[in-house]
Amino acid sequence: MMSTIGVLVGPAGLDPVESIKALLDRLPGVSIPSSLSPQQEAILFELRLPRVVLGGLVGTMLALAGGAYQGVFRNPLADPYLLGAAAGAGLGATAVIAADGPRGLVPLAAFAGAMGAVALTYAVGRSVGERTSTTLILAGVAVASFLAAAQTFVLQRNSDSLQEVYGFILGSLATVGWSDVALAAPYALIAGVGIILHRRMLDVLAVGDEEAMGLGVSAPSVRARVVLAASLSTAAAVAVSGLIGFVGIIVPHLIRMTAGVSYRIILPLAILVGAAFLIGADVVGRTVLAPAELPIGVVTAFLGAPFFLLVLRTSRSRP
Amino acid sequence: MSGIQASELVVAFNGTTVIHGLDVSIASGEWVGVIGPNGSGKSTLLRALAGAIPFSGTVQIGGVAIHDLDERQRAQMVALVPQRPVIPEGFTVTDYVYLGRSPHLRFLASEGPSDAGAVANAIEVLELAEMAGRRLPTLSGGELQRVILARAIAQQTPVLLLDEPTTSLDLGHQQQALELVETMRRSRELTVVTAIHDLTLASQFCDRLVMLASGRVVGEGEPEAVLTEESIGLHYGADVSVQRDPGGGIAVIPLRHRRS
Repeated sequence: MMSTIGVLVGPAGLDPVESIKALLDRLPGVSIPSSLSPQQEAILFELRLPRVVLGGLVGTMLALAGGAYQGVFRNPLADPYLLGAAAGAGLGATAVIAADGPRGLVPLAAFAGAMGAVALTYAVGRSVGERTSTTLILAGVAVASFLAAAQTFVLQRNSDSLQEVYGFILGSLATVGWSDVALAAPYALIAGVGIILHRRMLDVLAVGDEEAMGLGVSAPSVRARVVLAASLSTAAAVAVSGLIGFVGIIVPHLIRMTAGVSYRIILPLAILVGAAFLIGADVVGRTVLAPAELPIGVVTAFLGAPFFLLVLRTSRSRP
Repeated sequence: MSGIQASELVVAFNGTTVIHGLDVSIASGEWVGVIGPNGSGKSTLLRALAGAIPFSGTVQIGGVAIHDLDERQRAQMVALVPQRPVIPEGFTVTDYVYLGRSPHLRFLASEGPSDAGAVANAIEVLELAEMAGRRLPTLSGGELQRVILARAIAQQTPVLLLDEPTTSLDLGHQQQALELVETMRRSRELTVVTAIHDLTLASQFCDRLVMLASGRVVGEGEPEAVLTEESIGLHYGADVSVQRDPGGGIAVIPLRHRRS
């Protein structure tokens, strides 16, 4: 439903009925003529549709990654950027923009930065000796601070690129075509399948590493696999849409509060709810200041920050 | 067939040796109590027997060295109930008992009718049916202890290791919990090892006791032989009177000498 609204809303003012006809016309075996001009059809199929599909994909990836991180770290406030993915992606993108490199490299640099940061966090965490989730989270804090400092340094030296870097950090689904969808989809698929396959294991991890071992589940190896999948998912999402915050926290929590705490429920539902949430947030971002756009990162943060506090309050007051 | 043999067992944490070359032998179907003062290595011994922590030496269960088993195979042999289990907040009693089926499931498998049967049976045996849908934090200490036992029973292992199963319970619930373990041991021919502080209960329920002090075995045998006023005085630093309990077993009574 959100997808349909997402396709139908936009500054070009396409007639909704005719747009639906045009969409249905593309379905195999269906032939419904619509009165849209070729330009209007191009807007529909080359701008709006890929944007909605990408929004759904990114929402799903962030929600799944958030849910997965919350499971492996047994912390309901963990988010996809916990292990430094955001800072790494920010540094990668900043480096390309500051060096005035080709803008097509930005997604790749962001992806590489995010994966590199998580790998660094993992290496730092393991070098401490104990393979517990706490060491990993602390290593993530250290790595993220370091990379953020490096990014600030690069920005200071190249203050003319501030605006563009800022745009990346706010996150956006704008000005994308099918190429971004094609870029993210394979990672989304691999990571999504990887995460979903571990849903039962994540429930076992709820009793802690040692008891999980007693139940035949090796927590460190489950954690390594799920963190890898969730980080791939996060990095791919960041690469195509910048830093969109709070989706990874809000969506799993909405499900937890309404449908249950088992990851067998949370993760499959996160696919749908995550997609719907981000497409919806994008519609809000496109309409409230129309024809200007509110960055989607701002929309999710506006909704997310108060929500975050609400979750904190309710989880604190529980027995 | 599910006896336990530990030989030359050594456990060290961060360079500190906690268990110094233990040899313990437990017959199949036997109930052995591991006693000893705080810090003597009771919990560590249990965790090593379960393969939950690294150790050197060998531990065999039913003649198979647990080193040679992967974690899932090991969890099909031994269920360990820790002293303070992690209680996951949102879980219901049924959700939690289902965790015990994990060792029996392959990576991609989900629970089938045999798992549901094992869970239903454990819930019934431990009289949890009427609270099956309740969330764990809403249960009382005694109820929670039964739920934790139910998870171990659903695991359907021949060996059950219980670390201080009665510590947080009142007297009545302590007896109830241990009677339940005894019932299950008989009906399922389990080998049971419990770390236990209450020496009177230990003597009443265990076939044999192993007393540890500073990571070494300092006494082993039938409760009457192990629980003497001298041994308890020496290793616990406690002043006690040991009385014969007419129902079988021994009553260990702490004494207090008031200064006048």
